[in-house]
Amino acid sequence: MSLPLAEVGFAEATWILIVKSLLIFAVIFAIVPLLTVVERKVLGRFQARYGPNRVGPLGMMQPLADAIKLVGKEPYKPDNATGFLWAVAPMIVVFSAVTTLAILPFGDVRDGVGLYGIDTSIGVLFFFAFGGLSFYGLVLGGWASGSKYSFLGAMRSAAQLISYEISMGLALLGVVMMSGSLSLTEIVHAQEPIWHIVPQIVGFLCFMVAGFAETSRAPFDLPEADAELVAGYQTEYGGMRWGTFMMAEYIEMFVVSGIAATFFLGGWMGPGPPVLDPIWMILKILGLMFVFFWVRATLPRVRYDQLMSLGWKVLLPLTTLNVLVTAILVVAT
Amino acid sequence: MSQEFPYLKDDSYVAVQRGPEPGGAKGAYRVFGETLRGLKTTMARLIEGPVTVQYPEEKTAVYPRFRGRHKLHRFEDTGLEKCVGCSLCAAACPADCIRVVAAENDPADRVSAGERYAATYEINLARCIFCGYCEVACPFDAITMGHDYELADYNRSDLIFTKEMLLAEPIVRTPLRGEGE
Repeated sequence: MSLPLAEVGFAEATWILIVKSLLIFAVIFAIVPLLTVVERKVLGRFQARYGPNRVGPLGMMQPLADAIKLVGKEPYKPDNATGFLWAVAPMIVVFSAVTTLAILPFGDVRDGVGLYGIDTSIGVLFFFAFGGLSFYGLVLGGWASGSKYSFLGAMRSAAQLISYEISMGLALLGVVMMSGSLSLTEIVHAQEPIWHIVPQIVGFLCFMVAGFAETSRAPFDLPEADAELVAGYQTEYGGMRWGTFMMAEYIEMFVVSGIAATFFLGGWMGPGPPVLDPIWMILKILGLMFVFFWVRATLPRVRYDQLMSLGWKVLLPLTTLNVLVTAILVVAT
Repeated sequence: MSQEFPYLKDDSYVAVQRGPEPGGAKGAYRVFGETLRGLKTTMARLIEGPVTVQYPEEKTAVYPRFRGRHKLHRFEDTGLEKCVGCSLCAAACPADCIRVVAAENDPADRVSAGERYAATYEINLARCIFCGYCEVACPFDAITMGHDYELADYNRSDLIFTKEMLLAEPIVRTPLRGEGE
């Protein structure tokens, strides 16, 4: 059995890459503020109330008002914060979140232009590499704040993210074995007969649970457990620095949903002409985001030991078993 | 039962249903099921829709016997004030917020139907506790509790309502709850 090598014959002009990156940036940065208000509205509906509906039509100008408020705040820095690291931490987080957007495929190659930032042959590893980089932002931010709450929150998030990263990787490994490639476009192409969610339902569920933990969303929002840790690593941040952390969280959520849609829900594939491909991808991502909101509206925050035991005692064995069974089946067929 | 708890002589206690032991594969399976049940519950709320009353635009309807801001009344046929300045309301008021100064009616230009009338009638709504005793005490049904409940103001002195204000119809009508609502 020969492993397929990475496709390196396909290269795009530099200006196309620049245009594509600007476009992805613009679209995502338009979607993310809307997501914050959509989340609040959806969460409100789940709680039998309306959510924000005062600012602009349907409350859709709420993120603008929030942004103006955040930008207008005093850039306060605690006395015993380590200045440079403290300032750079939110940048690292948002950088690592945004970079991962590059590999999300919104469509196939069309007229010599791929509807994705870049099709790396190491797609999954890229995702995990930059996901891992965002820990540095959290941990540095927590430590450099010079506050106990921040430090404890950062320690928690480090432990949480590291333990769930493993299950997340193993959950994706089944799909990688089935499609025989790490490239995200190849993985989508491999789903032409049937979406991977059908044979890999265990992997999908484990990935989503690990994804909730990875993005520190409810019920695994322990790093920012406001009842016990004030706001975790974000405690000493205010104004747009805090806004950057929040933005990174939403982008990460978008990325995790995008990866889940690519790996399990057939990526850009859907009925209709190929023009609709990016629409299908975005719809799938938004559907998964809705699941994020739904779970947030439903589940209470788990205790720290429960979080750890779920990660190591349930998710890890489950995903390992999934990988083993998939490996046996892939070899057998 | 009494073997387990020999100090309990009768059956007058209720055995508490304890939850199953946490942890293990069984626990994980149960957690999965319970999670789905929870998701179903919240989704049902989403489908039901919001129950919010958008307050400044929509107002909660009050019951007919709701005790809101007071009203003074006139006779509908003659237009004379019902209040005769007897001060029984002021005497009944536990918060001591009503001030009545009575005066003799001029037979040529009557203000009220009785011998006297209230030259000054003031209710300090900053003190009023909306108990409705004034309404009960009034022998002529001259004062009743209305339905207005939006009484906030910027000054305490603005909360002292004079006779003219109490006699006038409220500017904004409060929605009234119908039968069986």
